[in-house]
Amino acid sequence: MTATQTLVCLRTAGQADPASLETYLKLGGYAQLKRLVTEKVKATEIISQVKLSGLRGRGGAGFPTGLKWSFMPRYFDGTKYLVCNTDEGEPGTFKDRDIIRYNPHQLIEGMAIAAYTLGARVGYNYIHGEIWQDYEIFEAALDEARQAGYLGENLFGTGFSFDLHAVHGYGAYICGEETALIESIEGKKGQPRFKPPFPASYGVFGKPTNVNNTESYTSIPWIMEHGGQAFQELGVANSGGTKIFSISGHVEKPGNYEVNMGISFAELLALAGGVWKGRQLKAVIPGGPSTAVLPASAIIGATMDYDGLSKAGSSLGAGSMIVMDETTCMVKALKRLSYFFFEESCGQCTPCREGTGWLYRVIKRIVDGQGRMEDLDLLTDVSSNISGRTICALGDAAATPVLSFIKHFRPEFEYYIQHGRSMVEDGVAVEEVAYA
Amino acid sequence: MSLSAESLAKIERELAKYPPEHRQAAVMSALRIAQTEKGWLSKDTIAEVADYLRIPAIAALEVATFYNMYELEPVGKYKITVCTNISCMLRDSEEIVDHLEKKLGIGFNETTADGRFTLKEGECMGCCGGAPLFHINNTDMHEYLTPEKVDKILEGLDK
Repeated sequence: MTATQTLVCLRTAGQADPASLETYLKLGGYAQLKRLVTEKVKATEIISQVKLSGLRGRGGAGFPTGLKWSFMPRYFDGTKYLVCNTDEGEPGTFKDRDIIRYNPHQLIEGMAIAAYTLGARVGYNYIHGEIWQDYEIFEAALDEARQAGYLGENLFGTGFSFDLHAVHGYGAYICGEETALIESIEGKKGQPRFKPPFPASYGVFGKPTNVNNTESYTSIPWIMEHGGQAFQELGVANSGGTKIFSISGHVEKPGNYEVNMGISFAELLALAGGVWKGRQLKAVIPGGPSTAVLPASAIIGATMDYDGLSKAGSSLGAGSMIVMDETTCMVKALKRLSYFFFEESCGQCTPCREGTGWLYRVIKRIVDGQGRMEDLDLLTDVSSNISGRTICALGDAAATPVLSFIKHFRPEFEYYIQHGRSMVEDGVAVEEVAYA
Repeated sequence: MSLSAESLAKIERELAKYPPEHRQAAVMSALRIAQTEKGWLSKDTIAEVADYLRIPAIAALEVATFYNMYELEPVGKYKITVCTNISCMLRDSEEIVDHLEKKLGIGFNETTADGRFTLKEGECMGCCGGAPLFHINNTDMHEYLTPEKVDKILEGLDK
């Protein structure tokens, strides 16, 4: 239990004035941007380092970043755009907030390197609506970077220009989906677009656009400094580098922990002070509610990386680990999650718009003591009929908690339906179901 | 145009972020700026914003009704939005909600008779490490709440 953090994206943690340009420069900040741009390092060379690093999209999808970059058209007559997705709204996810408020310049440098590599002239960082104070910190960092000559026209006298702006969301989970986010930047309802065409060919204002998560861009300066191989070696096979885990719920010290990929679950839990109040671990949602919940027995031996969590029966998602102790009523927890997806469905696709409401109403009636035993099959059936039948992943995300909660904690649901009360609140022993 | 010169200047700063032919891109921030000045978005205010951006009023209305931090009806001087999503729920956001409801004598989507407070239920605000939490007037985030801390925060607000 001696794991420590490896600070790549949260490099300025512990510094007196972490968000300031001065602090970032003191730590070697903007040196990589300057080197790549002034030495005119070739885009293909940069992309091959990013590919070598094993960096995968940190917003939850885990798509290889280097490969995504290679989809951007090299030659295009017009403006290409770069977009950063800081629209964290998946319950349990709060890592990108710490990047923009504590280490904004590393994100700016990472985006500027990406812009240089991909030939993007303009960038937008789309920030979650509810974190206004952090949005202002990021705006101030942009001003500092412009004045210091790291953003704007003709950087370092090389002819390379890149303008970066902050965009403020206003309360819509769906805008974390990249094409909904693009619609939102354009000043529209955040309803996802059909893909293809992908943003690399038709993005912001119909122009080629590269969209990455905040943590992904923020990893880039480190990769450029130390090389792709070194980043890969911080992690494990198929999961290069470090990962910020947002740990919330029933732990002693909730917060963000940046660790090497492949850390054991037990070590990570220990970093967060363990389960609070000396209680027993009951379940963990390892990557945000769009990833399957795991009972304690399934996650206790797992490693925290893409393959490790997939083997355990869930996925890494955005690294948003929600910890639940033995006092948690899984039926009520699922009711809250289902309400969330119902509330946040954008309404574009019928299976999601109608299905999420249906799921919520059925779970609510169980909690209200009006459940019927056949409701469990109904929930499974409705979920299965949403999955894979919608334009974006929100439909699947809504189905995942329902399917996984019922799969792993069915007796709790059955008890609730039979007695009209929570098994946990009745103090009846939780018999964990075999999850094989 | 009844929006203040200060608000219009802020809208201009947002417009400068986008190509001149894409004025609609600034609609979200323009509506936010208008709401901050007026307290809420009436149909007239939404139409004014749309006019200023040279877009159809329906395009601005669509945005105002889609995103949940816009207020389409008057709210109190202080709008308190409490997150009750899973991470906050696990850290007893219910206790915070109960405390606020008792203290203010209102439930969600209600405003106190003196017009000072409105209570709202929020979805995940992306600050779950600080649960339970709420924000006031869409801007001021308060984390690690306890009933005692809530009392102090409310006492610290202007009358």
